[in-house]
Amino acid sequence: MLDKIQMQMLTEVADLHGVPEGAYNIRVNGEKAARNTTANIDIATKTDGKSGIDIRIKAGTKNESVHIPVVLSESGIKETVYNDFFVGEDCDVVIVAGCGIHNCGSQDSQHDGVHRFFVGKNSRVRYVEKHYGEGDGRGKRVLNPVTEVYQEAGSYVDMEMVQIKGVDSTRRVTRAELAENATMVVHERLMTHADQSAESVYEVALNGSGSSTDVISRSVARDSSRQVFEAAIIGNAACSGHAECDAIIMDQAHVAAVPKLDARNVDAALIHEAAIGKIAGDQLIKLMSLGLTEAEAEEQIIGGFLR
Amino acid sequence: MLELKNVTYTVTEDKGSKNIIDHLDLVIPDGKFVVITGPNGGGKSTLAKIIMGINPVSDGQLLFDDRDITAANITQRAQMGISFAFQQPVHFKGIKVIDLLRLATGVNLSVGKACEYLSLVGLCAKEYIQREVNASLSGGELKRIEIATVLARGTKFSIFDEPEAGIDIWSFQNLIQVFENIRKTVQGTVLIISHQERILNIADEIVVIENGRVAKQGPRDELLPELLGTASAVNAGCSRLTPEKGAVKC
Ligand SMILES: Nc1ncnc2c1ncn2[C@@H]1O[C@H](COP(=O)(O)OP(=O)(O)O)[C@@H](O)[C@H]1O
Ligand SMILES: [Mg+2]
Repeated sequence: MLDKIQMQMLTEVADLHGVPEGAYNIRVNGEKAARNTTANIDIATKTDGKSGIDIRIKAGTKNESVHIPVVLSESGIKETVYNDFFVGEDCDVVIVAGCGIHNCGSQDSQHDGVHRFFVGKNSRVRYVEKHYGEGDGRGKRVLNPVTEVYQEAGSYVDMEMVQIKGVDSTRRVTRAELAENATMVVHERLMTHADQSAESVYEVALNGSGSSTDVISRSVARDSSRQVFEAAIIGNAACSGHAECDAIIMDQAHVAAVPKLDARNVDAALIHEAAIGKIAGDQLIKLMSLGLTEAEAEEQIIGGFLR
Repeated sequence: MLELKNVTYTVTEDKGSKNIIDHLDLVIPDGKFVVITGPNGGGKSTLAKIIMGINPVSDGQLLFDDRDITAANITQRAQMGISFAFQQPVHFKGIKVIDLLRLATGVNLSVGKACEYLSLVGLCAKEYIQREVNASLSGGELKRIEIATVLARGTKFSIFDEPEAGIDIWSFQNLIQVFENIRKTVQGTVLIISHQERILNIADEIVVIENGRVAKQGPRDELLPELLGTASAVNAGCSRLTPEKGAVKC
């Protein structure tokens, strides 16, 4: 049974208010807390000695979901978990991951999730991953996710990565390889406070003709936090790639955006856009002229920006 | 009543300093519909921003209902009942039209009520209510949403800076009706900066601002005939070309 804190972490990272429908695997403090499989979705503990699970989704599975939230509520846990998703052809599924760390102790808590996705022909996958941290201990909350995506022809992957609160240090690495007519869309939303640091590295290889990607990051850096956004798009075929980094910088924060476009085919069309700046003065003025205080106006602008 | 006493707004440039608003005196009585006109660059928008508290005065005093508001900030003036529709509407990433109307009214406005405000400015409400207030909207659409936020606030003193700018002539017909009915909608004092004869026509009073000063002020019937012969109202002739019908309604 999950306790109250663990339940609340689940709500934060996976919008779960109880046991989810469909397939799920809930991992709490390094142990399997609950699992459910369905006729089409199998979840099995890895047998190769590594910690983690294999998720196998049968070809043709539509409108099903898999939840694999992770909760750390004991201080001082450090784990690296390997989860592999094998998505058959012609599927249409939603995968919800996410990690919540509640650290009241003095030792660091760290979860490094290595997720690999093998997405079959013409399948659609929506992947949502939320990070959340809380607890007033001195121990740091650390998350270093690695995501690898291998997309077969005609597949479509939509990833939503959210980290708004409470994670002290994170380094996210996402690598993808796309075959013909495959598409990957990434929406990342990030906010850092205090002396937190967050790095996001994307490397998308557009290998098949007609493949495309759109990597969009919106972030807010407050206090003396640091963010680095690196997006590399490699065009190996007739393809189109677009990366966009839009950051609001506040206080004494530091934000760096490092674009890399690498075209190896004359029909590769690659675009990178990056904008870093403070909250626009006219936005604050407009909302203040509606009766909001400066702080309220700021909150609305940031809330909208990260929506 | 709004009173500006000897108000000056100075900017420093390479060549020295310049009074954009230059020792200006102006009284706007309660419940009046006042139109400010005058040549481009005369200082009209600057004056509106001074009233809203966006531009701090370099010298002089502002009184609102006999209260000295010279030191009051934008928020305080907004809360006292001053509203301002910008000449150039602001874009917001992620903030929707309904959010902006809710912030304007300060309540969790129902979708139905929000739609009413949008319909007032001639927008087909259902298509717009969930749209983001960003560059995906046209200039005319943003402008009408901007006007709607001020109508929605319904405060006792509303300022509109060139509401006609960027709005096509068909929608303009609707907009004129909005301003003709505005005394019922907002029940307060209305200050409009405009070059349009149709708007000057519905004014109680007209103020001409030139070189940061009040060049002329008086009742419409006295000032309008005189203005129509001058450069201040060059645009006015255009309004005669607008079709009488044809305003698109949803
Ligand atoms: N902050 C500023 N710095 C320098 N010049 C300014 C500033 N604000 C306004 N001005 C100038 O003041 C004049 C009046 O501007 P504005 O009030 O916008 O005129 P209007 O609205 O009557 O067309 C213009 O010449 C404009 O360029
Ligand atoms: Mg102006």
